[in-house]
Amino acid sequence: MIDADRIGRSFRIRGTTVHAVRDLSFHVAAGEFVGCLGPNGAGKSTTIKMLTGILAPTSGRVTVAGLDPTRRRTAVAREIGVVFGQRTTLWWDLPLRDSFELVRLLYKVDRVQFRERLGELTERLGLGGFLATPVRQLSLGQRMRGDIAAALLHDPSLLVLDEPTIGLDVVSKAEVRAFLRDLNTERGTTVVLTTHDVGDVERLCRRVILIDHGRLAFDGTVDELRATVPGETSIEDVVAHLYLNSSALRTRPPRPGEDSPTATA
Amino acid sequence: MRVYLLLIWTWTRAAARYPASFALMTVAGTVTAALEVAVIWVVFSNTTTLGGFDLSEVMFLYGTSGLAFAAADLLFSNTDRISQHIKAGTLDAMLIRPVGTFVQVAADRFTPNRAGRALQAAIVLGVALARLDVPASRAWMIPVMVVCGIVIFTSIWALSGALQFLLTDAPEVANAFTYGGATLTQYPLTVYGADLVRGVTYVLPLAFVNWQPGLYVLGRADPMGLPYALRFLSPVAAATLAVVAVFAWRAGVRRYRSTGS
Amino acid sequence: MPTLHRRFLTQPPLLSLYAQLVRYGFRKHATYWGAAAAGAFTNTVFGVLRAYVLIALWRARPGLGGYDITDAVTFCFLTQAYIGPMQVFGGGLEVTQRIRTGDIALDLVRPAPLLLWSLAQDLGRAGYLFLARSLPPTVAGALLFGIVLPGDAAVWAAFAASFALGIVISFGWRYIVALATCWLRDDRGLAVMSLVLTMFFSGMMLPLVIFPEPLGTVARALPWAAMVQVPADVYLGRADVPGALAFQAVWAAVLLSLGALLTRAARRKVVIDGG
Repeated sequence: MIDADRIGRSFRIRGTTVHAVRDLSFHVAAGEFVGCLGPNGAGKSTTIKMLTGILAPTSGRVTVAGLDPTRRRTAVAREIGVVFGQRTTLWWDLPLRDSFELVRLLYKVDRVQFRERLGELTERLGLGGFLATPVRQLSLGQRMRGDIAAALLHDPSLLVLDEPTIGLDVVSKAEVRAFLRDLNTERGTTVVLTTHDVGDVERLCRRVILIDHGRLAFDGTVDELRATVPGETSIEDVVAHLYLNSSALRTRPPRPGEDSPTATA
Repeated sequence: MRVYLLLIWTWTRAAARYPASFALMTVAGTVTAALEVAVIWVVFSNTTTLGGFDLSEVMFLYGTSGLAFAAADLLFSNTDRISQHIKAGTLDAMLIRPVGTFVQVAADRFTPNRAGRALQAAIVLGVALARLDVPASRAWMIPVMVVCGIVIFTSIWALSGALQFLLTDAPEVANAFTYGGATLTQYPLTVYGADLVRGVTYVLPLAFVNWQPGLYVLGRADPMGLPYALRFLSPVAAATLAVVAVFAWRAGVRRYRSTGS
Repeated sequence: MPTLHRRFLTQPPLLSLYAQLVRYGFRKHATYWGAAAAGAFTNTVFGVLRAYVLIALWRARPGLGGYDITDAVTFCFLTQAYIGPMQVFGGGLEVTQRIRTGDIALDLVRPAPLLLWSLAQDLGRAGYLFLARSLPPTVAGALLFGIVLPGDAAVWAAFAASFALGIVISFGWRYIVALATCWLRDDRGLAVMSLVLTMFFSGMMLPLVIFPEPLGTVARALPWAAMVQVPADVYLGRADVPGALAFQAVWAAVLLSLGALLTRAARRKVVIDGG
């Protein structure tokens, strides 16, 4: 489903070149559920942007559903659904239902198919109560469910989510997780998500990719991740241990308020 | 194009849910545009000709330019919000859709408010034509020039949008070309300096919106002495500018996707 | 609460607070230098286009309204230069945004009066935009067309005073428009109305001296004339200076007083009645 071959991405910021991602290679097969972890600024979002065709890699090659997202952006877009946790892809001023209608037009989803799919997503995600509410008035949990529904209306084979549980309360988080798990197991949709919440990883992901300083730091199962730090049993502590030992963090202490509240999750 | 029309129809239905706000903004747009007519009125209360053209002829030029500009403004001027989309990150949300960015930006938050301005320009044009008595043998050019004008102004909106990929912090620069172009073409080009006229004939082809074809409709010799054939070249100028605009827009999007800013 | 306010209000905070606010307004806008440069460019382009139309008109009617061609061109570029500092197209005040978000309630209970607070910030903004957006179009106009340059220092002094008063008047008007949004559901209609009135009656589009009568007489008596037309006439040496400055001072006083009254009403509405 995804083939990343030594992809790299650098930016020129005020004359100096910053390597956000370098030499990153991984493969995701159809039907997998992959969680992507990494400290802030590690290059997770940049990677997601390269997978979805928003950003072109500066080196290496990536294919998604057998297509190059840089050259065939619109063809890739039809195959994937994308959710950004930090900002909505819906339209603030429009009721959720109208946003879905716009998405339908953009993906040229057949009207009958659309109605059927929307009915199913409405039931599964519990959208019924706020389909007529403008997006700006939705709670974060409602908005996130709306965003997920919008990303799935065209029934993509791959769903990519950038921090889908950020800022959600415990109940909303559980609902989103249950939905994503069912989507993966029942419908066979491949899911790739980035997160700071190790709860997402423990409860959802069969496989974990850890990106640090723009490089691949770990790729394996959750159990294998746990085994990397002998003596630690909680994933939370294992990840904390790995982050603390990374050169990236030793040179740059996290700014206050920068990290999501993993400790309380 | 079909997707674009469906999108703007959906946005129009959304806007129709707030009829008071819609009516208010339509009236407001019409009143703002009427200021330009008020200026022409004040000018011609002081003189009978401006740059060698009388009131009816100036109203004709204003009407044709205004109609073309208003139509382009109504349908495609949302492209000048591109720098806002870049700053707010909403351009990323557009790039994950299987539709071109130009169509998406142009249709985004479409409101039909600006139709009032087109109507106002059409009325001025109608009054001008009633006073001018243009023979049918030359009147065929009027719809041609309005369509070419729409293409030219749309291309300028697209070019201004493309420019904003470079000047994200200074989107106002675009106004000089879009609204500036509309202002320039409201008056006979004889009022402007010769260099400026050459520039808008051979570089940014604003002269082909209404001036060159307008001279044909009005049956006037070119006061600047430029070749007679130019007055039939609006379709060529419009098509050329449109091609340039398409490439510029694509280059802008490519730049965004390759620099991330 | 109200007595507490009154006690604070009768003891004006130190002048240094306002000096600080002026500096803050200046600095805040200085960070958007790209936008200011773009504005200067656009103002210059429109200045050139308008100048040509005025030249054509004055060629057809030499001496119209008592101006010669150079006066008309000068008028055109001066008015383009006013756009930034006087915010001729409206807005420019933080108050509007604060009302929309409801933060205005916090501003209204501050010991410093909102009107003076906003005025100080606006003067800082105007100061920066004078440098960034007034000088470039004026210089461009001088180079491209040639403009009147008064040789008399007294004219420059009178113009400086008149220009400053113009900025205060423009602030007074915009402040009233901004505060009025406390009572309106949709402020966009008011914004457009303000734009149309300001553009047409200030002389921004055409000098008021060529307006047909009786419209011209009426227009020249309105506050918008005191923003654009009067300072330009002072610069061109075509105004009775004491009379012009007095006319501006009266409008400044009227608008600021109205602004103060509206502030009091807004405080009653927002703070005491709870919005």
